[in-house]
Amino acid sequence: MAETSVKTQQAETKPPSPQLENMKKVYKKLKKNKTAMVGGILILFFIIVSIIGPVLTPFDPDAQDYTNRLASPNADNWFGTDHHGRDIFTRIIHGTSITLYIGFSSVLLGSVAGTVIGIVSGYYGKKIDAILMRSMDVLLAFPGILLALAIVSILGGSLQNVIIAVAVFSIPVFARIVRGSTLAVKKLEYVDAVRALGASDFRIIFRHILPNIMSPIIVQATLRMATAILAASGLSFLGLGAQPPTPEWGAILSQGRNYMWDDPHYALFPGLAIVVVVLAFNLFGDGLRDALDPKTKG
Amino acid sequence: MEPSSNIIEVNDLRTSFFTEEAEVKAVDGVSFSVPSGKTLGIVGESGSGKSITSLSIMRLIQEPGQIVGGEINFKSDNLLDKSESEMRRIRGNEISMIFQEPMTSLNPVFTVGDQISEAYRIHQGLSKKQALQKSLEMLELVGIPSPKDRLKRYPHELSGGMRQRVMIAIALACKPELLIADEPTTALDVTIQAQILRLINNLQDELGMSVVLITHDLGVVAETCDYVAVMYAGKIVEYADVQTLFESPKHPYTVGLLSSLPRHDIDQEELQVIKGMVPSPTNMPEGCRFAPRCPFATDLCKEQLPTLDDLEDGNQVRCWVYSDKWDGDPEVNVKDDYGTATSS
Repeated sequence: MAETSVKTQQAETKPPSPQLENMKKVYKKLKKNKTAMVGGILILFFIIVSIIGPVLTPFDPDAQDYTNRLASPNADNWFGTDHHGRDIFTRIIHGTSITLYIGFSSVLLGSVAGTVIGIVSGYYGKKIDAILMRSMDVLLAFPGILLALAIVSILGGSLQNVIIAVAVFSIPVFARIVRGSTLAVKKLEYVDAVRALGASDFRIIFRHILPNIMSPIIVQATLRMATAILAASGLSFLGLGAQPPTPEWGAILSQGRNYMWDDPHYALFPGLAIVVVVLAFNLFGDGLRDALDPKTKG
Repeated sequence: MEPSSNIIEVNDLRTSFFTEEAEVKAVDGVSFSVPSGKTLGIVGESGSGKSITSLSIMRLIQEPGQIVGGEINFKSDNLLDKSESEMRRIRGNEISMIFQEPMTSLNPVFTVGDQISEAYRIHQGLSKKQALQKSLEMLELVGIPSPKDRLKRYPHELSGGMRQRVMIAIALACKPELLIADEPTTALDVTIQAQILRLINNLQDELGMSVVLITHDLGVVAETCDYVAVMYAGKIVEYADVQTLFESPKHPYTVGLLSSLPRHDIDQEELQVIKGMVPSPTNMPEGCRFAPRCPFATDLCKEQLPTLDDLEDGNQVRCWVYSDKWDGDPEVNVKDDYGTATSS
């Protein structure tokens, strides 16, 4: 009780922006959602690991030790070692930043492109809308991973190309959501009001519509992180993404599957890492969506 | 009135909406002018085309609507010939507009200061700091208490009346020559209405601008306007100075509107109403558009559309009663006989 009264007092002295106030409300709702909090904490954990993890690990991720090949998990090698005697725990920790980097940059690329397409499509309507959205439909018609596979096979297998591929198959998802929100917002009176003030289309779109449709974009971006990571790992697993010896999780998993029968730890730990990070983003994204939805009560 | 002293002259403006079935003529041949520094009221019920008229002047009609004809001469330039970028320079700068809903006409994610500043940033290219300084002056001008603090507030923190003042501040920021106010007080309660109207009137005198006031409230018209155009079903049916309109209304529709106002000088059991409904724009009557509801309507009225004719006092009315062709009772007096004609 004391806490809330302090908060309201602060609010009175310093006029909070509606976004800030809204964020507080969203945070309150999020805090009540246990699974979302677990997801959020896990994401935070992975981010911290990706930053400080590599410094703390005792091994070099690429150091080979043929006297200690395919060791089972033990006190020195917590997750065991691989067929070159490299420490899997170290490799997974080093892979965290790669995984997050791929997920983040592909989602960023996809969401920016998708948002621009969606907002232009929704704002101008008619022919532009028809052309843009039909081409998005074409992209959506392909199963995501198949599309990414096709793009990577055209561009060639590398980390950059995986990012581009995953970004491309995220574009239509963002474009659709943004178009819908734009259609709703552009009919609001304040958009007419700024138009009557002599604002250009560019100004109306980016200054007045975009800030008002951020929440669905943020939710989708979070959920999309999970899909992107999964797709990127999938591509690496198929040998089209990160190339050995990069400690990318999908690539480690792919190598590990050859030893699955005798040394299951090799494939198990990178697989688990992927599952946990994907789950974390999904849980957090779902929670965020519920929290940002004004219809659910906090 | 000499033509040069009019800030804006609208000639035969026609705006239509094109639906799959038909062309809906929302504004059908509207002409009026606003003398410099004066206030013109455009009165009519919902769907009479008054808002579409104002949006047409701003050239803000959106698909599937389209201005299909006429002229809008603003300071001797036809606005309908302007390019979109020329119009952008005029909007908010030379002609401004206030909307009906102060609650939703401000962007919820920006402060009041940001939103007033926008006018200066768009039209005068001022820096953020200069624009904020000017915004502060505008807030003072529209009479918002402690303007310095209000500048940093968000729209949701202000009351409806305050927000409408902010809207006025935005509209008047660049000192426009013409202000179009589309039902500026409809969403406000009565005491605030009076304040806002007085504010608009005072600022009009101070800045020497002309005002087009769109409203369905005759009380507002009586209080603020110099001239009045009464619109019905996309056409002007009567144009008069405010004194004449209230003292001796000519058109049966105007008379009907006036007599449907509640009166406090006599005991009234029921309010007078105009019977029937506004005709659907897709299915306009052939003759006078008011004929189906008019107690004086004759065969002539039902067959032929009357023109907007000049009267001796310089005002105009669109009614057969005042023409030589009138085939009804030659002794009829629309104002005095309206009550008996409707009750019979």
